[in-house]
Amino acid sequence: MQGPLIDTLARQGVTRRTFFKYCATLASLMALPPSAGRAMAEAMAAAPAASRRPSVIWLPFQECTGCTESITRSHSPSIEGLIFDAISLDYQETLMAAAGHQAEEALHNAMKENEGKYLLIVDGSVPLGLDGAYSCIAGKTNLESLKEAAKGAAAIVAMGSCAAFGGIPKANPNPTGAVAVSDIIKDKPIINIPGCPPIPVVITGVLAHFLTFGSLPELDKLGRPKAFYGETIHDRCYRRPFYDQGKFAKTFDDEGARKGWCLFELGCKGPVTYNACATVKWNGGTSWPVESGHGCLGCSEPDFWDGGGFYRALSMPADPLKMAATAAAVGAAAGVAITFANRAKKSSAKAAHETVTLADLEK
Amino acid sequence: MSASLQKGINALKEVIDAPVASYFNSCVHCGLCAEACLFYLETGDVKYTPIHKLEPLRRVYEQEYTLLGRLGKMVGLSKAVTDDELEEWKELVYDSCTMCGRCSMVCPVGNDIVYMVRKLREGMAVSGHAPDGIKGATKRTVEIGGPMGLKWPAVANVIKKAEAATGVSINVDKPGVDYLVLLSSMEIVNYPEYLEALVKIFKKAGISFTLASDAFEATNAGIQIGASDIAKVIVSRIINSAEKLGVKYVLSPECGHAYMAIRWEGPNLIGRPYKFEVRHVLEVLEELRQKGVLKMKDKFKEPLILHDPCQIVRRGGVLEAPEPLIQTVAENYIPIVDKQKWNWCCGGGGGASAIHTEEAEALRAKAFRIKKRQIEESGVNTMVTFCANCRIVIEEGFDHYEMNTQLLGLTELLAEHLED
Amino acid sequence: MNEMQFLTWVRGPALDIAIGIFLLGVLWRLIEIYSLGRKVDVAPGRHRDGASGLHTVFRRSVPPPGMVKRSPVTYIGGYVFHIGLAIIVFLFEPHIILIRDLTGLSWPGLPSQVIDLVSVITLGAMLVVLADRIKSPVKRYLSTFSDWFTWTLTFLPVLTGWMAVQHLLLPYTTMLALHILSVELLLIVLPFTKLFHAFTVFGSRWYLGKINGHRGVPV
Repeated sequence: MQGPLIDTLARQGVTRRTFFKYCATLASLMALPPSAGRAMAEAMAAAPAASRRPSVIWLPFQECTGCTESITRSHSPSIEGLIFDAISLDYQETLMAAAGHQAEEALHNAMKENEGKYLLIVDGSVPLGLDGAYSCIAGKTNLESLKEAAKGAAAIVAMGSCAAFGGIPKANPNPTGAVAVSDIIKDKPIINIPGCPPIPVVITGVLAHFLTFGSLPELDKLGRPKAFYGETIHDRCYRRPFYDQGKFAKTFDDEGARKGWCLFELGCKGPVTYNACATVKWNGGTSWPVESGHGCLGCSEPDFWDGGGFYRALSMPADPLKMAATAAAVGAAAGVAITFANRAKKSSAKAAHETVTLADLEK
Repeated sequence: MSASLQKGINALKEVIDAPVASYFNSCVHCGLCAEACLFYLETGDVKYTPIHKLEPLRRVYEQEYTLLGRLGKMVGLSKAVTDDELEEWKELVYDSCTMCGRCSMVCPVGNDIVYMVRKLREGMAVSGHAPDGIKGATKRTVEIGGPMGLKWPAVANVIKKAEAATGVSINVDKPGVDYLVLLSSMEIVNYPEYLEALVKIFKKAGISFTLASDAFEATNAGIQIGASDIAKVIVSRIINSAEKLGVKYVLSPECGHAYMAIRWEGPNLIGRPYKFEVRHVLEVLEELRQKGVLKMKDKFKEPLILHDPCQIVRRGGVLEAPEPLIQTVAENYIPIVDKQKWNWCCGGGGGASAIHTEEAEALRAKAFRIKKRQIEESGVNTMVTFCANCRIVIEEGFDHYEMNTQLLGLTELLAEHLED
Repeated sequence: MNEMQFLTWVRGPALDIAIGIFLLGVLWRLIEIYSLGRKVDVAPGRHRDGASGLHTVFRRSVPPPGMVKRSPVTYIGGYVFHIGLAIIVFLFEPHIILIRDLTGLSWPGLPSQVIDLVSVITLGAMLVVLADRIKSPVKRYLSTFSDWFTWTLTFLPVLTGWMAVQHLLLPYTTMLALHILSVELLLIVLPFTKLFHAFTVFGSRWYLGKINGHRGVPV
């Protein structure tokens, strides 16, 4: 295994063996055959000089930078971050040194030089309200920027729930008219990596796949890599046995909560959230929301912000019932009205009664 | 709509009440009532399923007393009840229903199906869709005095014979006595021994009683045909006579529907409780037995079974008296599986035995097979009962199937073995 | 509408509408039925009526002598699916949480594996009961569109609920939404079909018990 990346890694104290293991893990996480791990390691390690590495353009729209934070801000130098050494990140506002016209120039140069080959990463949703005026960069609306950058892209990665599904900006009442990347771009392969933010290893896994095979991994109906979004949090949750036994924390500080019982009753959306948190965990495998005692918010699902409240169990009504009292009153009123009609009808039947005689028995 | 149909529908509108509404809304079409109906069981014909016999009543209920039913009728989703339909239903409501009430015993949702049949007959009768046989019986009861067209001289004749046989003079129209004794026509014509037996027992017990020349007939065809107004006329004869004579009790004879008519329907027909009490002869006999008055000189030796008449036992509530009485007189009483309130009907109750069409008679003969099996399975040659109508129907069944089983009346059996 | 929006809709506005129609229908129908009243029976009772109505409400839950043998499928199938439905509806934890949220009442539930087993048994019993309705001459004769329709509407919630838990056919989110939707359909039609026996059965048995208890016959 030769190449600049491996040297860089070595300089940062990551051994070949560690890197190889990482790639094998990544491959298995993505449900790829074992040989794929070696292929990935070789492909990335052999990444050539900076100018010839695959170009990646990262466009931020209506976002909070959480996705960038997720992948870059680790407490210890994480191997995930090092994946950037295998690519040529030609435009990333937050990370790049350049600013203003220089940055714009870098962007346009990259788009021109790598036309049809670069990978476009988008984080944040695209606002369509007020002709897109809610979010502009260099005098261009996000919509314009996206369309322009998408034209020459080999594929698009919608990073985080905002880019993938509209996310929090799209939450009811969606004041900016935010939409997902896939709502605008229809003619390019798009991979959604939802999550608020997405899990770092999922990002690197997808990038590694693209680098190794030049294609996107297998996706589900919502455009998510099946390997990471194939199962629900609930099905992989270490607290699942408590759910099955019917042991639930009823408040955040009760006996059940202390014993680590299931958080379903406290509104955990694990059963309807497809993500890998329960297996991959966060912060280098330290913990994840449910382990820290809070139910899953379902952040990687479309419209998670409008899912009926984070603290209402899935089997509870999403909204308080509004019609019940009125409906009951209307029902009772209808019943009473029918009662009067029926009484009147029966009285008139009785009034119409003529004493039955033998003659009546004959037709 | 014909005037008679109009009257019929009107009658149904009058009798539909909350129980009927609740019952129709509860039916889940499980078909279990069929398993309790001897006409379905013995013919296998699904049209005899009890709840199905109520179809016209159900539709009138829905169309008249439910909002959705009214709407359904308006837009033509639910078709109105017609004369042709009621004519078709005549067989289901009369020929093939003896109002035995066994279906009401098994319905899992608790529908009192026989309660509804009784109500449906109100509409059937007044719209002219009752069978000729029951119409004739009703006519004779109203015009002559009894369903078989008997008049007082026939009763006087029976009284004379009973006096000769027992040596007791029998009171007629005597006020102030304890009991007014009623007879059914069957007992006058076919089983005059009943009166003899009763005289013998009452003499022994020291009970005073009378017969009434203006109210001797206990039966009430008005109940069977389903014409409450006519039933009221018939039952009023007894009530008036009993209240005029000032008796304490009116004794209902060994006749099923007579007991239903006098004891349970009568007060509701006239709209008030009586000034006397109605007792079934078996209730009185059981009371005498408990007092030690009914001492037997010997016992009936042959093994025998009991046929519990539906209207007296299952529907009339005389549940506890029959068995101790039969055990007093019979050495070898064999309780059958379906006894007391679970007994099977003879097949001719509820007026069915008055229908003499070929089809109705053939159907009754078929339905009788259930009784026949009960007798055969118990392996006895003697059956005892306490309803004159059951006796006639069962004897017809014996003839039809050429069975040599003997059928006895309980009161007579008791009197026969009574200590002198 | 995506899956999550569908789920949120069935948990929100659709549930509101379904429960509204259910309550409206139940009250309307109960009043419509029982306000018809009945005449007082003026014949003196054999003994005091006492609790004969209440007795019959319970007694009718037990099969009469000999009847199980006559119609085993109706009784055993009927018992299994009614008891199964009751267990699933009232003893599955998520359902209890819903009931608690709506009414404030709650009780302990059963482990989900038990509910799973009960669901399979219930589905089986319902299929047997359906086959019996098709096969038995009396049942087939009595059956109308409403019988097939209500069977389907009762079957679907159990089926979709079980399939959702088992992750069969569709993603859990979609299946859960379909499950809730099927329950809502059931709630909406319940007051207007034979399913209303769930309410009137008590009144019917009570009347039967009273009417016959008056004459001294425990039924």
